[in-house]
Amino acid sequence: MREIKADLHIHTCLSPCGDLDMTPRKILEKAKEMGLDLIAITDHNACGNVEVAQDIGAKLGIKVMAGMEVTSKEEVHLLSIFGEVNSARELEAILQKGLKIPNNPDIFGHQVLVNEKDEVEGFVEPLLIAASQLSLEEVVNKIHELGGICIAAHVDKPSYSIISQLGFIPKGLTLDAIEVWDLSTYRILIGKNYGFEGIPVVCGSDSHFLHQLGGRYTKLLIHNFSFQELILALKNQEGRRVWIEGP
Amino acid sequence: MAKISLETIVKQLGLEIVVGKELLKKEVSGCYCGDLLSDVMANSKEGDLWITIQTHQNIVAVAVLKEHSGIIIAGGKEPDPETIEKAQKEGICILRANQNAFEISGMLYEILKGIKDEGD
Repeated sequence: MREIKADLHIHTCLSPCGDLDMTPRKILEKAKEMGLDLIAITDHNACGNVEVAQDIGAKLGIKVMAGMEVTSKEEVHLLSIFGEVNSARELEAILQKGLKIPNNPDIFGHQVLVNEKDEVEGFVEPLLIAASQLSLEEVVNKIHELGGICIAAHVDKPSYSIISQLGFIPKGLTLDAIEVWDLSTYRILIGKNYGFEGIPVVCGSDSHFLHQLGGRYTKLLIHNFSFQELILALKNQEGRRVWIEGP
Repeated sequence: MAKISLETIVKQLGLEIVVGKELLKKEVSGCYCGDLLSDVMANSKEGDLWITIQTHQNIVAVAVLKEHSGIIIAGGKEPDPETIEKAQKEGICILRANQNAFEISGMLYEILKGIKDEGD
């Protein structure tokens, strides 16, 4: 078993709000420098830069999981993480069918697909930060159907969180974890009937700029870097563990 | 303060009753318009008729918690099936308007202002 640092919430330049410097190569190099062992690439409703990141990660010795930050129709942000990039692709296709507004790069920023050398390969057409047409429950169920895990993103943030949009976590929603961004804000929220009880907690950086990488992370005790190990750690099973630390 | 029944409002605005026909005698003392449930929980008042475009079942829980007189779903949106089921169970009247939240708010503002003026 080994103790590792993971950040399951990182945007690339594919997200319109992500800095153009957030190429897979630069992200992985920075992650290496900051001592991250495992990351997930989670662009808004898209996963087109995941495979490039995985290839670079493999060379640098950092595990990269396929993910997306999904926007439900209530504008709740949910992280989806998959063991297989094809599952992420399947979800991406469903989500993008519901995105009807074209991106205006001058207003929202470019949505850039890049290759291993940081060269532009293309642009994604629909505005990715728009809401999908799936409800919160439909998103969670669809992710599970495709074999992924679903984490409510930045529950302590005042916008696009399950708490800001829906007040509390609905009973019976089968989230695999909640993600906190700021530990001190989160501590204030605990015990206030938001429905956090019994749900595993991770910390993610939600990085949109290179300098944001490495400061916020989750600790995992796992045997290897497989997706199955991440699931076990979130479930606190077979000696695998997940915890957060920081101020 | 003068009050008005849900029934009167339904008639005057031509709203569709999604669930809660038996609750139309409830009295409306004010209105609140908002889609961020945390804001509605913090700032709406008991007796308010709540105008929203949210269709998720959590709106019923918020209406119960804040003792709202009912919910208007604006913009012709359809509430989720679980929302209707939960409203039935919890005794919350859900109405539906084809007009958007601004138009419905304006109409309700005029109605409630008229009642208040009569009361004064």
